[in-house]
Amino acid sequence: MPQSDDNTPAAREAAAGVPKPRSEEGSPLIRFDKVVKRYGDNTVLDHLDFSVQPGQRVSLIGPSGSGKTTILRLLMTLEHVTDGVIWVNGDPLSHEYKGTDLVKAGEQHQREVRKKIGMVFQQFNLFPNMTVRRNITESPIHTLGVSRDEADQRAAELLDMVGLKERIDAHPTQLSGGQQQRVAIARALAMRPEILLLDEVTSALDPELVAGVLDVLREIARTTDITMLSVTHEMQFAKDVSHRVLMFDKGKIVEEGPPDQIFGAPAEDRTREFLHAVLEG
Amino acid sequence: MDWGFIGDNFPALIEGLQLTILATAVGYVVALVLGLLVAIARRSAPRPVAWTVHWIMEFIRCTPLLVQLFFLFYVLPGFGISLGPLAAGIIGLGLHYAAYTAEVYRSGIEGIPKGQWEAGRALSISPGRMWTAVILPQAIRRVIPALGNYLIAMFKDTPLLFAITVPEMLFKANELAGTNFKYLEMISTVGVLFIIVSVLSAVVIRFLERRYAAV
Repeated sequence: MPQSDDNTPAAREAAAGVPKPRSEEGSPLIRFDKVVKRYGDNTVLDHLDFSVQPGQRVSLIGPSGSGKTTILRLLMTLEHVTDGVIWVNGDPLSHEYKGTDLVKAGEQHQREVRKKIGMVFQQFNLFPNMTVRRNITESPIHTLGVSRDEADQRAAELLDMVGLKERIDAHPTQLSGGQQQRVAIARALAMRPEILLLDEVTSALDPELVAGVLDVLREIARTTDITMLSVTHEMQFAKDVSHRVLMFDKGKIVEEGPPDQIFGAPAEDRTREFLHAVLEG
Repeated sequence: MDWGFIGDNFPALIEGLQLTILATAVGYVVALVLGLLVAIARRSAPRPVAWTVHWIMEFIRCTPLLVQLFFLFYVLPGFGISLGPLAAGIIGLGLHYAAYTAEVYRSGIEGIPKGQWEAGRALSISPGRMWTAVILPQAIRRVIPALGNYLIAMFKDTPLLFAITVPEMLFKANELAGTNFKYLEMISTVGVLFIIVSVLSAVVIRFLERRYAAV
């Protein structure tokens, strides 16, 4: 690799021969570049390429084991790519520059890029030893350095938005699953992420609690321009909020397009089979 | 049974008991703190450190406390490290029981669902903050009963300090009994005092359990 004294990211990329990601719509916020993820002999993601524009809401659908959740876990840096590079806002997420070389990212780099990304989990993962308020304010105060007053106020606003203003002093164990998940959404948003990852957020809920959580997410979709990647089995929700739907099977994107197309007139047999199984089954 | 003899020598036994309780209390604090550090190191420290710590603790658990006490009190001075009897006793109890409390903490830490760590990463919470604010408060609550059992076990091990000349309760009792051959009186009283303190400790631990153990 040629050595350069110029240390700007653009210069480093030029020197490294890595072009800035481009598309007709402007530069994407997220770009997967030939991403491979293997667990032993099991290939979960197979040279996956796709990008997401800022503000876009994307639903990831497909049979279980097709690699959808792995995409979110890679973005959240809970897992590491086997091969390929993930770019967020033009910066490598899974890698960092060492001179002009892209090397596997260290913990420090990951902690920085991770701050732009929030995630809501299937099992909520609230901290049971803290009140709802502290669940939401813990990281803004101790990671971002927000003042306690400001964090408290923001927590109150977010809880109001998810309809749980009066439960601010409750402990997670005193809440229903649906309520816990709404707190988890508020907790993720309190970090003001640019990207919100939703990993089957209603799959662990009793059926009657699903609607409340989805309504909150619809409201967030309607009132903010946060970029959203959502792995979901709620097809109506995917139809309502998404700009784009990606259909996965066996670690590859089988088909993608606007929800009208995917749900109305899918081009691929695999998509039709899957939707038939989910909607009729 | 010579009740008068017990009455006359009771204050001396209580003096010994105070030393027993002191050794237990300080030793227990050492065991709690050291065990916690060991448990965290075994999970978070670089591989060689974690591995070394693991084998030291394994070694301690595989050798008798009495041998360790003798080592601290009679062998170390040969290497220029002279400890008083009480200091050697407290260090010995603390080290020995740290090997056990570390295992207790470990089970508590491993019982925390993976999702807690993942949520911490998703929120960019630093590892240090994650330990102190999220993991340990949950893990320690889970292991209060097990930690409490080791407090009582340690208390009952303090007579071993007799062997390194700490004038704890059994030491006193033996000394007093030896002069008049009143072993029945003295040793029985020691037993009764141990029962009383153990039962009281158990009650306190039960209270702490009920107060904190429920998450």
